[in-house]
Amino acid sequence: MTNENKNHDKFLHEENKIREVEAPDGSIIKVDPLNDYFLTDRPVVREPKNKVVEKFLNWARAESLWVLGFGTGCGSIEIPPLVTPRFDAYRFGVQMRPTPRQSNVFIISGYLAVKTLKRVIRTYEQMQGPKYVLALGSCTINGGMYWDSYNTINRLDHFIPVDVYVAGCMPRPEALLAGFAKLKERIKAGRAEGANEYAEKFDWYKANQKKIINDWNMPDYNW
Amino acid sequence: MENIIKDIQNRFEVSDIVNQRDNITFVTCEKEKTIALITHMKKNLGFKHFVLMTAVDWIEDGLFQLTYILNNPKKKLDVAIRTFISRENATMETAHKLWKQVSTYQRELKEMFGIDFPGSPRVNESFILEGWNDIPPYRRDFQTKEYAEKTYFPRPGRKTNDPSEYMKKNMS
Repeated sequence: MTNENKNHDKFLHEENKIREVEAPDGSIIKVDPLNDYFLTDRPVVREPKNKVVEKFLNWARAESLWVLGFGTGCGSIEIPPLVTPRFDAYRFGVQMRPTPRQSNVFIISGYLAVKTLKRVIRTYEQMQGPKYVLALGSCTINGGMYWDSYNTINRLDHFIPVDVYVAGCMPRPEALLAGFAKLKERIKAGRAEGANEYAEKFDWYKANQKKIINDWNMPDYNW
Repeated sequence: MENIIKDIQNRFEVSDIVNQRDNITFVTCEKEKTIALITHMKKNLGFKHFVLMTAVDWIEDGLFQLTYILNNPKKKLDVAIRTFISRENATMETAHKLWKQVSTYQRELKEMFGIDFPGSPRVNESFILEGWNDIPPYRRDFQTKEYAEKTYFPRPGRKTNDPSEYMKKNMS
């Protein structure tokens, strides 16, 4: 879309429209938020270092999982017992963080409405690589009980790469701990390359995302 | 309750009075008189609390049914007011001036059923469905399953069984 007809896009939010602002020294500056406020470069594939270093790094990554506190569906209610004394995920090196910039595990907890999917994609792109996705519940696998709903997606792996699925409706915190154990195995084996996969198949993921999200009023990729 | 019903019967020609329970009654009112009736009930009869507002799609009759449920907190009574509006170019007078929160219900009904409420605040903004470009999904002529299969990349291999036959086969 060219800059001229951007402002006529009915889905574009007010704060993202091209406008003129006054600087403190009185000069007028033209601002195009979608280009000026976001880095819009495509993601790049991170080449692994040599084998021994990469093995050590993978071990370190596996033992330090920082989970983003973002609950999407009914499964987010399983997270509080997971991190509190009863199940105590902290003893496995799993901790919660409040912002995507500081975390590397994204738990998609349950069904995703299209509105939530948009936020999930933005959040996923803002996380630092290497990043891992743990998909919780049957809704993320094939839609679960919402498979024929008008507003919930069926398969998460068409929109962001998924490392581990935890089946169930809803899985209990024990299942989640098993999921974390599986994720650690994958990371240590060097198979959890979601961020690289996202960069490689970027066009395919974007096409899928844009097919569902009709009011695409954000940059293609932002981080 | 009887006095209240008699009062609004005399003033507003309500019909189809159904006493669902001792403390809840359903009445049907004409479209043009509905807002006047609700105003009267709020101002003069003590129905100060707005419980909810919802719609039903009677596709065979070409009608939408709107239901407003009002509550009298002092006497602990509910009255539900039904009104029927045409399905074609569905429009209804807005009631947001009586209770502010009505505008949220009206915004949702606009999105889900396509019923317009001219003058209601933010009624044309998207509420849950962002960027929806099909017919409103709660209308009964919207084919939910077809839409989901067409749009949301269904995972192949899902099997569906008729429950009665499936149980017969497994119980024998």
